[in-house]
Amino acid sequence: MTTTDTSILDIRDLTLSFGSLTAVDRVTLRVDEGARHALIGPNGAGKSTLFGVLAGRLRATSGQIFFNGQDVTALSEAERARNGLVRTFQHSSLFLGMSVLDNVGLAVERSTSQPKRPWPSRRRDRAVTDAAMTHLESVGLLSRPSALCGALSHGERRQVEVAMVLACEPRMVLFDEPTAGMSVAETNRFAEIVESLPRKVTVVVVEHDLDIVFRLAERVSVLAAGKLIADGTPEEIRTNDAVQEAYLGTSSNEALFGAAS
Amino acid sequence: MSATNTLSGLTADQPGTTKLFNTGAPRPAFRLFVAVVILLILVALPFFLAPYPLSLAGRALAFGLLVVSVDLLTGVMGMPSLGQVAYFGAGAYTAGLVGIHLSSSGLVQLLIGTLAGAALALLTGAVAVRTAGIVFLMITLAIGELAHIGVDSLSVVGASNGLAGIPPVSVLPGGEPLTVPGYLYWWVLAVFVIGFCAAVILNRSPLGRSMRGVRDGELRLRALGQNTYSVKLIAYTIAGGVAGAAGTAWVAQTQFISPGDLGFDMAAFALLSVVLGGAGSLWGPVIGAGLVIFVRDWLGGYIEGRGTLLLGVVFVIAVYVLPRGVAGIKGRSLRRKSSDS
Amino acid sequence: MLAWFDANTATILNGLALGAVLFLIAVGLSLVFGTMDVLNLAHGAVSLMGAYVGVAMYGAAPTTGMFFLAMAIAAAVGFAAGGVLATMVSPVRNHLRQALLTLGMALIVAELLQEVFGPEVRSVPVPEFLSSTVSLMGNPYPVYRLAMVAAGIVVAVVLYIVLERTRAGAIVRATVADRAMVEAIGIRTKVVLALVFGGGAALAAVGGLLAAPILGAQPGLDDQILLLALVIVVIGGLGSLRGALLGALVVGQVQTIGVSVVNEFASFLLFAALAAVLLFRPQGLLPARKGAHV
Repeated sequence: MTTTDTSILDIRDLTLSFGSLTAVDRVTLRVDEGARHALIGPNGAGKSTLFGVLAGRLRATSGQIFFNGQDVTALSEAERARNGLVRTFQHSSLFLGMSVLDNVGLAVERSTSQPKRPWPSRRRDRAVTDAAMTHLESVGLLSRPSALCGALSHGERRQVEVAMVLACEPRMVLFDEPTAGMSVAETNRFAEIVESLPRKVTVVVVEHDLDIVFRLAERVSVLAAGKLIADGTPEEIRTNDAVQEAYLGTSSNEALFGAAS
Repeated sequence: MSATNTLSGLTADQPGTTKLFNTGAPRPAFRLFVAVVILLILVALPFFLAPYPLSLAGRALAFGLLVVSVDLLTGVMGMPSLGQVAYFGAGAYTAGLVGIHLSSSGLVQLLIGTLAGAALALLTGAVAVRTAGIVFLMITLAIGELAHIGVDSLSVVGASNGLAGIPPVSVLPGGEPLTVPGYLYWWVLAVFVIGFCAAVILNRSPLGRSMRGVRDGELRLRALGQNTYSVKLIAYTIAGGVAGAAGTAWVAQTQFISPGDLGFDMAAFALLSVVLGGAGSLWGPVIGAGLVIFVRDWLGGYIEGRGTLLLGVVFVIAVYVLPRGVAGIKGRSLRRKSSDS
Repeated sequence: MLAWFDANTATILNGLALGAVLFLIAVGLSLVFGTMDVLNLAHGAVSLMGAYVGVAMYGAAPTTGMFFLAMAIAAAVGFAAGGVLATMVSPVRNHLRQALLTLGMALIVAELLQEVFGPEVRSVPVPEFLSSTVSLMGNPYPVYRLAMVAAGIVVAVVLYIVLERTRAGAIVRATVADRAMVEAIGIRTKVVLALVFGGGAALAAVGGLLAAPILGAQPGLDDQILLLALVIVVIGGLGSLRGALLGALVVGQVQTIGVSVVNEFASFLLFAALAAVLLFRPQGLLPARKGAHV
């Protein structure tokens, strides 16, 4: 096992095929610790499938995933989460019938306390509540802890989502198309949240919105038809022919990425 | 603006909501007041009711505790169940057998009966909680019916004639048997209160929150790293214990238990009492249970045994008039509608 | 081996006969669940209504004409009941509340039936033209039971043809697959669903009528029928015609053979089988691919 010191995620020859259809085709990728890494690609490129395999929702046909030096290929979603590999959900799947505080509390509980204790304990429960409030504060949603999540706006739900992720004390966060359906203001607020995340937490974002990608990412990987076709800094990707081809079928660099600034 | 200032400022503004886990219930002081008043009324019943209606009240309390156990699964954890009667029966038959052969102490019977219910729940639940939705509902139906058929054919517990000859309970071992209807009723009330408090405590605990997490998004809960299987199994076992306790109370009140008390009718009425009362609120289903017994058995006595007919009408009307059950009458919704099966 | 078969032919045939009427009763429950996602707890009560039609109409030995008239009336009564249920259920979205509603209706119907016909078991005579026996393997066997089997076969075939070969059946299957799409092309799915509900209930009532000479008519029978129907539908697969047929045959045999061995054994076996199917093959033995399907 030869993983470098700085790499927290090491994907080797990862493949997922459904019969004759290969959704993820021998993808090899490394993400450094603390990196801000984006995964982009046109529709049908296999981003969602790759995401599912990384999160543990799908099982790879072949290949390996090393997280923090450990082979996690066979681990379940819950086990990966306990190891620090936390994901968000594309369609906000909060616990809608429960309050904001309870939602974040569930996430805090899991990592610090006793989620299966069948009686309340004033001191310990207070600690959980305080921790939850801290996380809510860091995403800027202190105002309504007892509101039901079902009553929140889309952007507010996203904030709760991020607070929950933080509460899991992740080493790496996988964001699954986080700005889908967001307004400009909400997208900006989301970008601010990501920018304010602790440096030691690695961020991997699967995204469609290229503005966000170029604002947040330090490294970009591009998938097309299940294969990794490019991997580099945003600037390198911007000028990469294969990428343009994959997105547009022609070399229309500026149409896709806008005037290079 | 330091974090501590913000936090303490917040808790000062909204007393009670951030202290205990927020189950969405408003004004806890008011609710406590109402609960105390209701408890006082229940305690005072023997001074107002004749022995027969008092025995109905006792039966309603025992049935009510069974319904609470169904609500723990249905409303809190989002897993509607028709099988709690099996654990109710386990507790009842165990209490009856203990009463006949071992000890007529209600306390002893309560302890052993609760354990019997919990043990059976643990055994069957280990397999059952791996399923969900309609499959889980049908499996619990099978569990309930298997228990029903089981005691119906076991001659050692009286088969279809039921278990009779159960001596009246005393509270402590070797104590005075509670032959006075009022005292017996108070014992049944005590068991109900203990069981109900246990359910409320569970609801406000971390496990209770995890249970609601299972209801609202089990996949998400797993993605957070929680082992949802053990959450479900522990909750199922506790609910089985509560049902077992309800069974001991039933036997103490009626001094008789028969297979019919575990039948499909009982299971269906228990589940529907939950729906009638408002799933998830715990107290709503108790009212639902009381309503069922009141309409079917009490009012039924006045309209020449047509209590079941009236009950059917009540059910139908309630579906349209009380979309969130009795508990939903108070303006603010305690939670969104109970999960679909 | 042959001797056992010979001695038990009657029992096996009885099982088939019971299975046939159980199929008639259960198929409606299965289709309603498959198309509307509604678990109709009033189904047993509807079946009981059909049985009481026989009680009301048959005299001592009903004529052929009376028999067919009774079937028609039972079907009409069942259809009407199904339509009423469908209308009452349609604004209710939540499954538990649907259960509350249908059970409430079941209680009302069962109690009303008891009001009118009394709490005793009422027997229903076999129609005269079917009351003879026929010689089977040297033993006399009632023709009526063979007629029950024939009825089951006829209904199964007709349902298959309707669902698979007619436009109406195609509409039903399409409504199940994609209700919104069917609405979009101008078909009123509410009507479709009411018809499925009504048709299923009509079959249940006729099944109850046909079974009445064997099962009798009494309060409490509706619960037993409902439980048997639930077992059949879950074992066979919700929403599946073939599943309902297989489930009914299995249950019919187990119920008949089991009862002759040890009374309780049959029921225990049935629910143990139910639990086993749920654990190892929860979609049922012959599941519908998507909604109502053969």
